[in-house]
Amino acid sequence: MKPIELDLHTRGISQYVDDMPRPEGLLFAAVLPSPVAHGIIRSLGTDRALQIHGVSALFAAQDIPGENQIGTIIQDEPMLAEKEVHYMGQPLAIVVAEELEIARKAVRAIHVEIDELPVIVDPKEAYQQGEIIGSPRLFASGDVELMWEKCDAVVQGSCDIGGQEHVYLETQRARALPMEGKRMTVYSATQSPYTVQRVISKILGLPLHAIEVDVKRLGGAFGGKENQASLWAAIAAMSAWILQKPVELVLTRAEDMQMTGKRHPYISDFKIGATRDGKILAYEVHHYQNAGASADLSTAILERTLFHSANSYYIPNTRIFGVSCRTNLQPHTAFRGFGGPQAMFVMESALTKVAEALGMTREEVQCENLLTDGKYFPYGQQAQAIEVLTCWYEMDAKYDFDLVRERVESYNADHFETKKGFAVMPICFGISFTSSFMNQAGALVHVYTDGSVSVSTGGVEMGQGLNANLALITARAFGINPDRITVESTNTTRVANMSPSAASTTLHLNGQAALIAVKEIKNRLISMITKELNLDAYASVKIKNERVLFEGHKTGWDWERLVQKAYFSRVDLSAHGFYATPNIYFDRDQKKGRPFAYHVCGVALIEATVDCLRGVYTLDSVKILHDIGESLDWEVEMGQIQGALAQGLGWMTLEDLRYDDHGRLLSPTLAEYKTPDVYFMPDEIEITPLNQRETVDGLPYGNKAVGEPPFMYGIGAFFAIRDAMRAFRPDIDFGFDAPMTPERVLMALHPEFNS
Amino acid sequence: MTRFILNNTETCIDLPAGLSVLDYLRHNQRLTGTKEGCREGDCGACVTLIGELWQNKMRYLPVATCLTPLCELHGKHLVTIEGLSMDDLSPVQQAILDKKASQCGFCTPGITVSLTGLLMQLDGDLSEEQIKRALSGHLCRCTGYSSLKLTLAPLKKRMSGRTGIDALLEMGMLPDYFRSIPERLKRIPLPEIKQLDQIGSDDIPLAGGTDLYAQHRDKLTQNRIVPLNLYPELKGIRSDKNAIRVGALTTFESFAQDPEIRRIIPGIENYIKKIASWQIRNRATIGGNIINASPIGDITILLLTMGAELILQQGKSQRVIQLSQFYKGYKQTDKKSDEILTEIRIPIPEPGSLIHFEKISKRRHLDIASVNSAIKIRVNKNQIQDARIGVGGVAPIPLLLGEVGQKLIGCPVSVHTVRQAASLAIKSISPIDDIRGSAAYKQLLTRQLIIAHFTLLFPDQVKARDFYEAD
Repeated sequence: MKPIELDLHTRGISQYVDDMPRPEGLLFAAVLPSPVAHGIIRSLGTDRALQIHGVSALFAAQDIPGENQIGTIIQDEPMLAEKEVHYMGQPLAIVVAEELEIARKAVRAIHVEIDELPVIVDPKEAYQQGEIIGSPRLFASGDVELMWEKCDAVVQGSCDIGGQEHVYLETQRARALPMEGKRMTVYSATQSPYTVQRVISKILGLPLHAIEVDVKRLGGAFGGKENQASLWAAIAAMSAWILQKPVELVLTRAEDMQMTGKRHPYISDFKIGATRDGKILAYEVHHYQNAGASADLSTAILERTLFHSANSYYIPNTRIFGVSCRTNLQPHTAFRGFGGPQAMFVMESALTKVAEALGMTREEVQCENLLTDGKYFPYGQQAQAIEVLTCWYEMDAKYDFDLVRERVESYNADHFETKKGFAVMPICFGISFTSSFMNQAGALVHVYTDGSVSVSTGGVEMGQGLNANLALITARAFGINPDRITVESTNTTRVANMSPSAASTTLHLNGQAALIAVKEIKNRLISMITKELNLDAYASVKIKNERVLFEGHKTGWDWERLVQKAYFSRVDLSAHGFYATPNIYFDRDQKKGRPFAYHVCGVALIEATVDCLRGVYTLDSVKILHDIGESLDWEVEMGQIQGALAQGLGWMTLEDLRYDDHGRLLSPTLAEYKTPDVYFMPDEIEITPLNQRETVDGLPYGNKAVGEPPFMYGIGAFFAIRDAMRAFRPDIDFGFDAPMTPERVLMALHPEFNS
Repeated sequence: MTRFILNNTETCIDLPAGLSVLDYLRHNQRLTGTKEGCREGDCGACVTLIGELWQNKMRYLPVATCLTPLCELHGKHLVTIEGLSMDDLSPVQQAILDKKASQCGFCTPGITVSLTGLLMQLDGDLSEEQIKRALSGHLCRCTGYSSLKLTLAPLKKRMSGRTGIDALLEMGMLPDYFRSIPERLKRIPLPEIKQLDQIGSDDIPLAGGTDLYAQHRDKLTQNRIVPLNLYPELKGIRSDKNAIRVGALTTFESFAQDPEIRRIIPGIENYIKKIASWQIRNRATIGGNIINASPIGDITILLLTMGAELILQQGKSQRVIQLSQFYKGYKQTDKKSDEILTEIRIPIPEPGSLIHFEKISKRRHLDIASVNSAIKIRVNKNQIQDARIGVGGVAPIPLLLGEVGQKLIGCPVSVHTVRQAASLAIKSISPIDDIRGSAAYKQLLTRQLIIAHFTLLFPDQVKARDFYEAD
């Protein structure tokens, strides 16, 4: 079929929020950010700003008609600061003006006085001061304390893991239109229209049904628009509501980077013990999550960190502690992997350190401990259809890890200045929202009298190919040509109470809901035609390639005639479908359950070359074997894997999110914050789908989630570079601080350099 | 009044001269295929083609419109994604679609424009390196670039041997209206601009704008900017007996492509790839890099090391100053507010001179350096006759390590000599901690880059290993 989205993209006519035709009298909003990370607001001098020609209004916290609260899991975040500011960039006031540049100019003319208070940027310091969000969490299995003395090697260490800026190309934005009868229509660049709806409802003091949120598509999101799009939509909505004029808010890149949350930095301490043949007996870890100034999704992200703390390994005795620490940084939020990557990085670090203590290679220890079916995760779920060992063996058979090691060692023996290294990175990522109730989705399907079909779901298209896949599976289910399907915008009036497009589950949940709706309409059609043709065997009627078949033979009826007939027979050609993932639960008190419908596994092999003289490196190649289940559209799925990999590689290497002690972001624009570019990515990337595997029930056409898991292959880059560094300086015990920037590499390789 | 052709439409506007082309397209014209991603030339979402008559033929270059002032469009053809689209997808658009090399779509229009721009000025075969060049100014956060790198492969065969706009028109790669553009552009009268020697201290002379727009956008939306790009006399490269004379408005791309420059700086092709993306190289100028006075300016460090001198014009008078004398402090130069840098003279190196440039940044390509360094050295019978080393990012100004150069003269090329030079270099610098690296890192890098210059230029005499074994 023709990928409609891509056709529009290449012509530049796909519309994002602010590309839509402008409504008459559209006004533009800009936001005043707090210039300090912590303090008490003394005054907001707005006179000069209000005098600027073209300024329509200026709003502060007291102007909010409803409740000044945008927190979702925990109600701890105001839309506009009232007395105290908690991070640099926190919104203090809104200016609305006839032109965008006037609004921005007026924001700069506001004079803020803030009495500064001490700033905390370090999560451990926050923890020590009791600044935590929610409760500390502990998952445990077996008994680690009893195990340490049974181990031949016990090592401890610490990881300092940097955060990550989303750099969705489209910054945060929204356009709000006041409608008749105290209603609002809001076009928002959000992964979660329902969250936006709820937040605006609270800010304006209106019932949910008064707020219509519509999302056509996003210019990238990666988690950054799951919870954090709401603030900007609410600001636009409140301005539009009070002024009764349409208002648009578009953040500049610099505003977006300085005002929105990112992937959480973590500091994690680990202790790991293994037998002399590399069997890991016990693993203890303390994760200190740097949550930023308010909860956002931090507690849920921390929970996933706990779930994935053992990555793809079976460890019989674990003690996994995690705590969300409140600091004076932007409230950190969802980002592809959702706490899983940090957990896996720490696990890989611990495994590496214990391998070094045992004099074994990483691969030997990894392979010795890979998870197999029947074993239990630390949270009590039994491993089922876990393909990580299959992937490992297939990768080893294909690329021969020993041979790679030999090749790398022989290169290193021949070269002084440059060294090669490699790492194998297995992943195992649980699929489902870990809050079980969120695993639900609705869809609305209409068949029109000409045979064309409209599909609405709660899923948001953000580049993951959702619309193309929805069109594909609904067409397949109807037995018609995919060109007949249009996937509509995501709209809260068509699908209510939708979960965010997140957790890699969007296609799974919404696809199933759409398929249920399709099935219902199809059943009505078939039952009608069965009667019409006086056929007795309902089950023998099929729709295939747009034709109605009875016992495999043509009936002379095609799709269009069928639909026409149904319409005149007063058969309902619309249906709502609802899907809830079966058989998942998690008891937060017992810390046990079956939170995931299934797991996605895979193995990557990453090679790197380090220029030890200059401290720079290149990633030479990445090979991946990935379990996709049944592929729906391999090119789309491969695109997800390649893109996730690029982000994972970036997170581990050059994406250097740093703050100073005053809570100021040191990389506030794309001139300082570098994401992978075309030259950074290795030319040699081989991605293969796993062929032989167990099937998993309940997936649309057996297709497994692909959004997040491949991100974590990128972790291998850190260990590949570190491996090369060890070849240059085998005498140094390198640490586990990420990202592995060229600065870290060079400084680590030359510890004796004393200026 | 600025007169130009926007896609297929003659356009005459009276808007602030410094308004960016991006804002004009999105806000005034509501041509929304051109996207805003960063407003500082790092992402490429806003790339369009700007075409002009050059030697009686059209030459189109992709540029970042967020850094391009509207007034510069005078007499030119501005082509947005809308202006490249036809009833059917163009082969470039089709190729992106076929390879599924677009996900969220936000970066796609800009990339489509750049890839088309590549085909329009292709000289020879379509190589993977050229495709990377076209993608160099674009960030895509979705695809990881793998599919994008493959897009044009199917067009290779189709393009083989056929270059130029006429060939593309024949192959249906461009809309037909492109044929009429040269004649239509010729009908646009020359811009009404003041004489070069009339530019005064009230004016803001703007070169490529790639630094100024990223730093001082608000100042530039006023009418007082004077787009130096409209003065052809400031462009171009000429050689005389002792020097190569580079017009201040020569772009990085023209500089790196120039045969004379390539002859005296043999590595320029590789250096330039790290320095800036193609889209920025089409705008950024040699003079702008010097006047911007960044202590880490890449071209500046190279020219400083080569002993370049500057021609400054004030009204009708001119003066010459050594680049090494030009910087007075952080972002302070010897240029008076009513002076214009018109030309850079690069002395032709004595026969046997070797030149090398090193740049270390977090991202290898298209990132601001932590430290950069250039060397110009001449050795006879293993004795150093002449040496200059420049280093950036380690002082308030682009630094010429004069003393280091002096001390090297007469020394043999040896590990000992390099060690001496490196430790003297470290004593001569004063780096600070910032996002580009700690002061200690920059000191270490300075040492490493000096070692790197010698190991690279004199592999037989100096080996990296030697610096470690005795450490």
